[in-house]
Amino acid sequence: MGLAKRIIPCLDVDNGRVVKGVNFVGIRDAGDPVEIARRYNEQGADEITFLDITASHEGRETTVHTVEQIAEQVFIPLTVGGGIRSVDDIRTMLNAGADKVSINTAAIHNPELVRQASQRFGAQCIVVAIDAKRVADVEGKPRWEIFTHGGRKPTGIDAVAWAVKMAELGAGEILLTSMDRDGTKNGFELGVTRAITDAVDIPVIASGGVGNLQHLVDGILLGGADAVLAASIFHFAEYTVPEAKAYMAERGIEVRR
Amino acid sequence: MAVIDYGMGNLHSVASALAHVGAERVVVTHDVEQIRAADRVVFPGVGAIRDCMAEIRRLRCDELLQVALTEQHKPVLAICVGMQALMSHSEENGGVDCLNVIPGTVRHFGHPLHDADGQRLKVPHMGWSEVRKVSEHPLWNGIPDATRFYFVHSYYVTATDRSLLAGSVDYGVCADAALARDNLFATQFHPEKSHTAGLQLLRNFINWTPAC
Repeated sequence: MGLAKRIIPCLDVDNGRVVKGVNFVGIRDAGDPVEIARRYNEQGADEITFLDITASHEGRETTVHTVEQIAEQVFIPLTVGGGIRSVDDIRTMLNAGADKVSINTAAIHNPELVRQASQRFGAQCIVVAIDAKRVADVEGKPRWEIFTHGGRKPTGIDAVAWAVKMAELGAGEILLTSMDRDGTKNGFELGVTRAITDAVDIPVIASGGVGNLQHLVDGILLGGADAVLAASIFHFAEYTVPEAKAYMAERGIEVRR
Repeated sequence: MAVIDYGMGNLHSVASALAHVGAERVVVTHDVEQIRAADRVVFPGVGAIRDCMAEIRRLRCDELLQVALTEQHKPVLAICVGMQALMSHSEENGGVDCLNVIPGTVRHFGHPLHDADGQRLKVPHMGWSEVRKVSEHPLWNGIPDATRFYFVHSYYVTATDRSLLAGSVDYGVCADAALARDNLFATQFHPEKSHTAGLQLLRNFINWTPAC
């Protein structure tokens, strides 16, 4: 038996509360992050990702405190992302108890941050988050570009080439979110997932659009992802983590049980 | 109980996992007196080996470790890069001499890496792999063979003395997942991140009385 494919529930946290938007609008409140993280730990989630979407400075301090509380009670890997801009921010989150830190916009403004962070803390704890959106095809071939600001602002950067560059700079993992699919429940954007998993040697987490358990299976079998991330299907108890694992195992995917 | 802190990353999760399974007075420290006074020692590690070795030597954690192992005969648990640091030499960062507590090598998984079926394997080896129990050991109590533990590493250990092998993991190569010698137990995986199985191993560690 080889490496298990991972299921990663994601907590989008705003001012200390778990929320989940639909295309980043229409936010629903899903509850206390510490409570929810503990529930996923008990259910057998393979990791937990905590994305801080808080805008205010005061809220950021709440985030550090919340991460500390989660780390005291959850004994699976914890990734923290959102608003990470510097080596100091990374150190703060690792000291608070994060095992990995996810860098998104800051990597676009300053790719050297990825190299510095990887050399300082090790590639194993540096995740680069990529928010990709499909743009006009080039010579009949699909193309995905990186967008910032919740999918509103194009950067002109090709998502696949960016993933390759981030791996070269020392990223240990890619967290790939399709901005076309995020919050839609229509499933992962499998084209970009496949293109990036084929292009890099580091693990890729597929994210954005999970609405049912078949979507998780498709992300792995068709998209080639090493891990699948989902939020609302777990938060609102549409499915539990064991149900997801049972469904995946029945379809021949290795999971940890 | 002391968790040796040489300034490389997140050691709080090790400490909170130990506290969770009932360890009393867990200190995260590189203070000589605290480590000497501790009844058990955990030697963790994350990050790149060159920086780790530099800090280990600068803070004299290597000497403290030797005292704990060979003079005080305390139970010692080394984790991940802590295990790699015990070996003779690592290929990482262009080649780094390590502590040679356990003779052996630390090598890169290599590119490209494939499993027995020809499937491409990603590096780092990141996630949950089955550990084959190679020998019986008190730290395996209550943990079935082929239990999955959480790994995250790009370099793997091979001890020269194969009789020290306590557990192995298959990831394109057969890597040493756990080594045991006298009062020392070392794991490549992270028990503090390995959910119930990992907590069981830590519980076994705090209850372990080595024969020596």
